[in-house]
Amino acid sequence: MADIQTLILYGSIFISLFFEVFLLITYLEVREELILEKNIDKNIKRFPTVTVIVPCFNEEKTLTMTMWSLLNLDYPKDKLSIIAVDDGSVDRTLFELNKFESYQQVTVLSKENGGKHTALNLALEKVKSDLVGCLDADSFVNPEALKKIVPFFEDQSTMAVTPSVKVFEPRSVLQYVQKIEYSWGIFLRRMLSSINALYVTPGPFSFFRTQVFKELGGYSEGHHTEDLEIALRMQKHRYKIVNSHGAHVYTVAPAHFGALYKQRVRWAYGFLNNAIDYRGMFFNKKYGHIGLFILPIATTSIFSSLFLFGNMLWNSLVNIFNAFVKFQTVGWEWRFSPPSFDWYFLNTSAISFLTVTAILLTLVILYLSTKLADGRFRFSRGLFYYMLLYVFIVPLWLAKAVFHTIIRREISWR
Amino acid sequence: MLNSRKYIVAFVITAVIFATAIFVSNMLGQKKLEDVRSIENRVALDILSSETQFSLLEETSCKDIGPGFLSKELGSLGEKLTYGESQTELNTDNLDYLKRSYFLLEIKDYLLMKRLTQKCGIKPTFILYFYSTKDACTDCEKMGYVLTALRDKYPDLRVYSFDYHYDVGAINTLISIYKVKADLPALIINREIIYGFHSVEELEETVPALKELAARAKALETFSTSTKEID
Repeated sequence: MADIQTLILYGSIFISLFFEVFLLITYLEVREELILEKNIDKNIKRFPTVTVIVPCFNEEKTLTMTMWSLLNLDYPKDKLSIIAVDDGSVDRTLFELNKFESYQQVTVLSKENGGKHTALNLALEKVKSDLVGCLDADSFVNPEALKKIVPFFEDQSTMAVTPSVKVFEPRSVLQYVQKIEYSWGIFLRRMLSSINALYVTPGPFSFFRTQVFKELGGYSEGHHTEDLEIALRMQKHRYKIVNSHGAHVYTVAPAHFGALYKQRVRWAYGFLNNAIDYRGMFFNKKYGHIGLFILPIATTSIFSSLFLFGNMLWNSLVNIFNAFVKFQTVGWEWRFSPPSFDWYFLNTSAISFLTVTAILLTLVILYLSTKLADGRFRFSRGLFYYMLLYVFIVPLWLAKAVFHTIIRREISWR
Repeated sequence: MLNSRKYIVAFVITAVIFATAIFVSNMLGQKKLEDVRSIENRVALDILSSETQFSLLEETSCKDIGPGFLSKELGSLGEKLTYGESQTELNTDNLDYLKRSYFLLEIKDYLLMKRLTQKCGIKPTFILYFYSTKDACTDCEKMGYVLTALRDKYPDLRVYSFDYHYDVGAINTLISIYKVKADLPALIINREIIYGFHSVEELEETVPALKELAARAKALETFSTSTKEID
């Protein structure tokens, strides 16, 4: 039993290290492309017609800013239309939306509540433009964001373009943690893009050729993660998805643990269940990197994270228990002795060296991620919170998502 | 279209990181064992020196036996071996060998201590302690904490700990001499066997020599406090 545990432990660390090394090699390969992409919006030859769908459900507080950020996009007005859909909100969402009806570019639709995918599909029926995108009503875009997306469609084989999602004005500790996590996500998505292995087209500001929905059908419920399902469906049909890391979208990240936990359980549950639905892609050479490597490793990493966390938790509990027994038996130390250093008592196991290496590689990737996301690296408190907290909170939602997947119980959207 | 070269390079780099970690860990493990071995050598030399000194002074008085007569490093050696057992990088065969020599050194030190107490008529300040690593023995663990605390409190106290189930002839002989049952933990204090867990306070009550050590420690403490007050 102990041998199997050791084997899983080494295996999990090997996979984590391998993935980090793989990402860094990919970075070295694409770093020149990244520099070229900086000015991609400067020389647009043709502006395609674009529709942005804004699905709203009880978003009265943020949607005005969302709509204004869209109206302020640096893009020819006659080429850009906005369809806002109120998905049966019970607050003043529709009232707020109606204020924008006077803008020629804006269409407001209202329907009974049916879930985000139904709101998107209703709007898709009205879309006549070349490109269509979506912007969640809790997110905002930089004026130049669309111009950073559109040029990627000059490549006729590109069917969807995803943006870089950033956290909007972090205030709470958890929002700072998410800021760093999102920076990591920006790095990861850009690297996955270069190996054609993106498996999610995020709700905030991903764009598609309208023909994608005509050919593959509209959004589906996708276990409450319609943005993941559509990306996997596209990958299954070998539709190319790329990432524009310069297109910045800001989203309001959950400030408190309860909301974050619910959101992440939904994401992890959605990933696992869509992965089950698209299991045919796993280890299938036909799908390239995404089938052979990215989907299997993303799934494995859920379980290896849980195992590593369980292992760490168990060891900590044993140490705490031993310290408690010691305290109960002999109380605190009898007398104060000056701390003496003897290297003999340092943990020099291979596991500890490998863990330190993995942490160092994580720091390198975080450095590159922050540079990619913000243009420069600065040691922020977010980084400190991230290193301190992230590893302890992620397993909480992963465990629930795995549990619900095993017992086949649906999770709630909110 | 699949660039398998990248996977191979990533795999090789990861494998090199793994191999380096294992190599460095083994090398340091080896160094730790050498550290223990050199302490054992020093303890053996200390014992040999004390035995020789003892034989030479057989005819003379006890006052010639000065401080440092018994090896000071036996305690830290035990601690290092116990820590070493929880470390996966240490070679178990080598560790086993070092543990055996440690037990033998303990017995030799114990014999020397016994001769010293007999010859000089001082109250014995040593405890023979038998524990088990074979079965789960939570009392042994707790007893270990108590004995370490006692040794910290009374540096002159010598605790000789033995793994009851370890296959060393001399341990078996000790077990049969004192008729120690497998009801562990077991302590031998003044030829008397005490089974089960006992707290620091209980042992201070049971071992007369400890009382003496406690009184001496207290007197020293009072002395140093009063000296400080005078200063």
